[in-house]
Amino acid sequence: MNQWKNFTKGFLKENPVFVLLLGMCPTLGVTTSAINGMGMGLATAFVLIMSNMVISLIKNFIPDKVRIPAFIVVIASFVTIVQMVMQAYVPALYKQLGLFIPLIVVNCIILGRAEAFASKNSVLSSIIDGIGIGLGFTLALVILGSVREILGSGSIFDYKFVAENTKTILLFVMPPGAFIALGYLIALVNKIKKSV
Amino acid sequence: MTYFVIIISAIFVNNVVLSQFLGICPFLGVSKKTDTAVGMSGAIVFVITLATLVTWLVQNYILNPLGLEFLQTISFILVIASLVQMVEIILKKISPALYQALGIFLPLITTNCAVLGVAILVIQKDFNLMQSIVFAFSTAIGYGLALTLFAGLREHLDLVNVPKGMKGVPIALITAGILSLAFMGFANLV
Repeated sequence: MNQWKNFTKGFLKENPVFVLLLGMCPTLGVTTSAINGMGMGLATAFVLIMSNMVISLIKNFIPDKVRIPAFIVVIASFVTIVQMVMQAYVPALYKQLGLFIPLIVVNCIILGRAEAFASKNSVLSSIIDGIGIGLGFTLALVILGSVREILGSGSIFDYKFVAENTKTILLFVMPPGAFIALGYLIALVNKIKKSV
Repeated sequence: MTYFVIIISAIFVNNVVLSQFLGICPFLGVSKKTDTAVGMSGAIVFVITLATLVTWLVQNYILNPLGLEFLQTISFILVIASLVQMVEIILKKISPALYQALGIFLPLITTNCAVLGVAILVIQKDFNLMQSIVFAFSTAIGYGLALTLFAGLREHLDLVNVPKGMKGVPIALITAGILSLAFMGFANLV
């Protein structure tokens, strides 16, 4: 497969969030601000790239019957690494993302890519696939986080652009706003996909 | 914390799907019909309660005494995966009827983040064994409640005239948002 196409498919055509609807829990759970979305997206992308690489390296040694548990162990190891690194270097962000960092293990995007792509393709393609899908996921989280932050707290990447006491639409940083904002964004992406 | 407070807050105030965003995939995936939603809810109540019991024991009697807390994520997910597999095998043997009802949902549950989420939450909250089981059970009931309500709403959505661009997932998500808004009304209950 053309490597460039392999890389870019994650952004729109096979975007894990907006098109494939995978990994919804962190998508809705952490995107109260653009920064949180980016942190979560990059942490997931790291795990995805590394696990794609390792799984495509060891794919010939794993017996077919136990492949899913084997994949899960690989993924869980990288999640534990991410957990430790984040706890040490960005403790504030780690606290904000909370439960959703260990839950990267059960993110269907990662296991899905391992099963559908990395276990069948070469190491290089798998790494590129991981980078593409990982960045597509990050992009989706940053967009959703920005929309919610702009509408909900009147700021973007922590830069406040409205006056101190302005009333913002608080609903959007609360749980219902996550569902509603994502619903409209998916409708918008469907529209864009049709016109491309 | 009393058991009553744990139960009410897990079912209504901090509903696992609508305010904590755990287990969204099955929430959107198997909520097209009410009867499949009820079957899924049953399977989830069963697995979450059992998984929390086992992972709590693993954490407090194996990981903590040996100083292996960093293995929490790996060991929990493996315990849950094998537990689900075991439940499936046992159920097939002793109660084929129940297996017929819950069977197809069981493999899906391994990757349901609500199961691992609740298992980790009870450790973070420092609950004792009894509190953990009560919390897990009522969280799962809350999950079932949200799933069944949502499935009922979605059955009606099929019949109404939705704008073309909003059909399917977008309108379902907005409906979930409104449902979540309704659950926010419970916020000051406890």
